[in-house]
Amino acid sequence: MKDFIEGIVAPIDRDNIDTDQIIPTEYLKSIKKFGYEDYLFDGWRYKDQGRLGMKKGERKINHEFILNNSPYDESKVLLTRDNFGCGSSREHAVWALRDFGIEVVLASSFGDIFYNNCFKNGVLPLKLKKTEIEKLFSLSTDSPVSISINIKDKVILFKDKLSIDFDLDNNLAERIIYGLDEIDITLKDSELIKKFEEHRKENNPWIFE
Amino acid sequence: MGYTIYDKLWNEHLIRSYDDGDSLIYIDRHFLHEVTSPQAFEGLKKKSLKPWRINANIATPDHNVPTTRDNKFSIESIEDNISKLQVVELDKNCNDFGIKQFNINSNNQGIVHVIGPELGLTLPGMSIVCGDSHTSTHGAFGCLAMGIGTSEVEHVLATQSLKVRKLKNMRINFEGSIQEGVSSKDIILYLIRTIGTAGGTGYAVEFAGSYIRNISMEARMTICNMSIEAGAKVGLVSVDDKTIKYVKKHSNLEDNLINDAIKKWKNLTTDKEAMFDKEIDIDVSKINPQVSWGTSPEMVIDFNEKIPSSSIFSAEKRKSLDLAKNYMGLSDNQELSDLDFDKVFIGSCTNSRIEDLREAAEVLKGQKVSENIQEAIVVPGSGMVKEQAEKEGIHKIFIDAGFQWRAPGCSMCLGMNPDQLSPYERCASTSNRNFEGRQGNLGRTHLMSPKMAALTAINGRIVKEI
Repeated sequence: MKDFIEGIVAPIDRDNIDTDQIIPTEYLKSIKKFGYEDYLFDGWRYKDQGRLGMKKGERKINHEFILNNSPYDESKVLLTRDNFGCGSSREHAVWALRDFGIEVVLASSFGDIFYNNCFKNGVLPLKLKKTEIEKLFSLSTDSPVSISINIKDKVILFKDKLSIDFDLDNNLAERIIYGLDEIDITLKDSELIKKFEEHRKENNPWIFE
Repeated sequence: MGYTIYDKLWNEHLIRSYDDGDSLIYIDRHFLHEVTSPQAFEGLKKKSLKPWRINANIATPDHNVPTTRDNKFSIESIEDNISKLQVVELDKNCNDFGIKQFNINSNNQGIVHVIGPELGLTLPGMSIVCGDSHTSTHGAFGCLAMGIGTSEVEHVLATQSLKVRKLKNMRINFEGSIQEGVSSKDIILYLIRTIGTAGGTGYAVEFAGSYIRNISMEARMTICNMSIEAGAKVGLVSVDDKTIKYVKKHSNLEDNLINDAIKKWKNLTTDKEAMFDKEIDIDVSKINPQVSWGTSPEMVIDFNEKIPSSSIFSAEKRKSLDLAKNYMGLSDNQELSDLDFDKVFIGSCTNSRIEDLREAAEVLKGQKVSENIQEAIVVPGSGMVKEQAEKEGIHKIFIDAGFQWRAPGCSMCLGMNPDQLSPYERCASTSNRNFEGRQGNLGRTHLMSPKMAALTAINGRIVKEI
């Protein structure tokens, strides 16, 4: 069960961060679901060009990039702006965030497909108002801060300086808290799907040719 | 009260709704390729599950395949071992589960969104998904088509259904006639420039208006293809006679079956009384050829405009613009026509259909690629497009001009196969994304129409006049 997340906020002050930035195409050649931690934001994190299979230790590190510096290399919360995760459907983008250790992404909006993909992998994308995002940037830009996210009570807290309530549908919250297997849940409706399918076949036989 | 085409498609596929606002919809067609499927197949195997309805699934390798291959080529010939493994894995999974695949040697192999419609596998009224955001392409046929992630690929394989939330309705009315030299690519780039890359987020967008009615199915596909670059995972066009004519030509269905189907397909239009959550009118007669200058598909200007000065934008926007200029090696108020280009790429699921190749060939007839261009490649979207182009002699025009005539695949749209940009190389590209590193590490992409790419190939630069 995961209903409370506490960690360092890594601010990346940029809008429209696309899935090619989160993980470049080179690393989409993997056939595995894990092991993407060293490729997150690859183009920004390193000064050289990498290949799938290369480890962080073999690369030229860009020390100007926030996630390369302590304590941000252990950040659990990413703070960014509009339209985070726009672009492709690659779930590898979420896997890279997850494998790096990012559990929450705070942004004013998200790409639709990326947003859905997050909940399948225990990464919480939280849509906040632009004013709230601005406030978080001003709090976290000069020195590292740790904030906590209470998923059950739907509130973000930072000492006595900040408290932001957020909206999140209960079913989405539960997916993060309990990590439910959606296929198992859907298969409980197998009979319903079968009936629907038979009916569809009767009325639209050309689809089933 | 009337329904939009999206509402109709939604109701037609709705299996059940849940209390929390999500719904379960039935999936008619599932396209697969080698990049986003291996983890889904692995998941099925771990759970000892089988695909729910084998015939719903169609696979082809497209992202990793080298485009320099010939008839003797086999998977084993792929030099990059990691790319090879992914193509081998698709082959293996399709064989293990009995899924129909157009493999690397098939005449019908191609970019998944190009082969679907031309092989009659995309039919009006279908719900179509694929682990690829450009699945929106199939919306041109009045389909409920969208890109999904790998977990959802596994879910669709296992349950023939998808858990989604209904989107809001948006309609874009493109009215008027376009100027000469303007194509559907310019129209969609102009739209993205206007509403932004998040403009369609949360919406199913229907493209309508006299312009849409007048254009070919190929042009409609180009527009629906890039609805995702405008933020909309679903892009749609209502069914009309053009849709039906195209489908009839490409379908293998028996006459009586297709005649029954046509009766239903004719209803796949938005009702007159239907209400949209948002509606935008665009006069296409004023649109010039569009070219992207930056690292987001909304960073687009007219071909004869200057790079916008950051100072006129808000502080938040300015930062992104400056980062983009820095990456692209550009400065404020620079003329697009001042830039020297290194490569030209005509292809991708956006612009690799026969009409796109004809458009480029028309310009290239009797012309030569500039000496300053190191490489100009044209990559037909499918075996069928390639064959048709060769029948028409179009390939000769490209080859005579100095283009390389390649075999089908995603090619230089994204850096997963040998067709890539080297650092700082500038490319005139008919693809869909100009993101940092998209065509190769530190490569610089300018998105444009096939015609503009051909003109850039000849001149080595963006032309000042058309």
